[in-house]
Amino acid sequence: MNTHEQDQLLLNGLATNERDAIETIYRDHYGLIQHLVVTNNGTEDDARDIFQEGLIVLYEKSKSGDFELNCQLKTYLYSVCRRLWLKRLQKYGRFEPNINGFTDTVPVEEDLDQHDEKSQQFGVMEMALQRLGEPCRGLLEAYYLQKRNMQDIADDYGYTNADNAKNQKYKCLVRLKKLFFAQYKNRT
Amino acid sequence: MDDILLLDATERYLRGEMGEAEKASFEELRKNNPEVDQFVVEHHFFLEELQKFGDTKQVRANLHDTHNRLLESGDIKTKKSGGSAKIVYLWNRYKRTIAVAASIAGFTALLISGMVTTFSSKSIVQQKQVENLVKKLNTLEQKTNSQNRELNEVKGRIQQTATPATPSAKFEGTCFLIDPRGYLVTNQHVVKNAEAIRVQNVKGVDFKARVVYTDADMDIAVLKIEDDNFKPAGPLPYGIRKLASDLAEPIYTLGFPREEIVYGEGYLSAKTGFDGDTLSCQIAIPANPGNSGGPVLNRNGEVIGILSTRQTTAEGVVFALNSRNIFRALEEVKKDSTFRNIKVPLASSVKTLDRVQQVKKIQDCIFMVKGY
Repeated sequence: MNTHEQDQLLLNGLATNERDAIETIYRDHYGLIQHLVVTNNGTEDDARDIFQEGLIVLYEKSKSGDFELNCQLKTYLYSVCRRLWLKRLQKYGRFEPNINGFTDTVPVEEDLDQHDEKSQQFGVMEMALQRLGEPCRGLLEAYYLQKRNMQDIADDYGYTNADNAKNQKYKCLVRLKKLFFAQYKNRT
Repeated sequence: MDDILLLDATERYLRGEMGEAEKASFEELRKNNPEVDQFVVEHHFFLEELQKFGDTKQVRANLHDTHNRLLESGDIKTKKSGGSAKIVYLWNRYKRTIAVAASIAGFTALLISGMVTTFSSKSIVQQKQVENLVKKLNTLEQKTNSQNRELNEVKGRIQQTATPATPSAKFEGTCFLIDPRGYLVTNQHVVKNAEAIRVQNVKGVDFKARVVYTDADMDIAVLKIEDDNFKPAGPLPYGIRKLASDLAEPIYTLGFPREEIVYGEGYLSAKTGFDGDTLSCQIAIPANPGNSGGPVLNRNGEVIGILSTRQTTAEGVVFALNSRNIFRALEEVKKDSTFRNIKVPLASSVKTLDRVQQVKKIQDCIFMVKGY
């Protein structure tokens, strides 16, 4: 198996949130990104944040389906993380025009713009759920994200039957939608 | 309740849980009712967003777990930052912040001082309206002076006197004795740029002098004659007045706007100086460059002030520093133990004499200040 096929397999694994794939990517590439961040004014925590955000970019791309890796995974990841770190340096006002590195980079501006958009949406949803509060939040997450069945949820949350829980879930959903769209429309 | 029914139907429809008949009727409803249609579209979008959120959240959690797991197993290692010392690192990290903070602080300071200058009584523009009456000698005058001096020198050589040749003065003003042992008072602006000071009496004899004390805010300076040729005069004919003077009081001054002592008279026209300055008062008296530092006397022969400035934007408006400031300045001077014995005359001994006799006695105590 050549590198390209291997990379593609790892990407598919990342897209489906496979533990082994993620661990392999992490083990192979974390050192490089850590070196990049730490030798350019960053801390240990910065390195972790940047690497994980870079992986999220990769995840989003691979999930979208139309993504094809034209270079090595390592190069792509490095380019993304480098750009992310430059942006963060700029934001914190510790911009260094010549960020040191030794690996080739590929243009990733467009991908990062898309990522910005997506992480904004993520933020909006997160905020809406936070404002929703418990038990609504737990109820909705159990149903829509963890895909548990209604009877289970009803037992957990102490509803007399599944229909009651379902009614309650819908009420919560209406509230969440309201919160979400208020934020979402504000944003645009 | 209708909302919840619609929501339930929409979700079942989107998940494809509807039977054929129900699905057909729901699609019919969508087609005929744009509101329902929009609701379905919106809900579809929302559920997708929620799903994406959930997935991303899970990936993030997974990444976090992986990080900790690998860190524990030693597959990835923590690394200390930079390599440079902590302080250098912190400096690099925050130097921009520091620079911004410093410039903001600087800017604020400038802004505040600017505001203070603008709103306080003595603005820069207004200061320009006041002209110091120190005489700056132009080249022509200096030439004349030096010619005179040369003549004097020749004369001096003939008379075999030992008057030393001196370079021409840069500026001239007036000063007067406050202690017969050679202590004089003048304006600070007369002597402020002088490297050396000489004072010259009405007879044209000059003595070396030294600045003992200056105060730029009060615009006052105390000089001391330090010359072997100087013989302390007898008691001073005039006194220095401690109290404020009255409006319309007749006054006169003696000074050196030219090489010759010049007498001028007028009256006290206001109790405050330029723009309400309480240190000084306004007088109406002919004053010209060179009059600066001259005494302003009342009819009893008491010094009520030191002539200092005139307003350039108005005719005949002259300001004099109140004489009580002389006492304030002397308090400072006396802090130095060598000057503790300065005695300032309070009473005038020429009260009863007429003006001509007064001036005759007083003029011996008035000196021209020459700054080099």
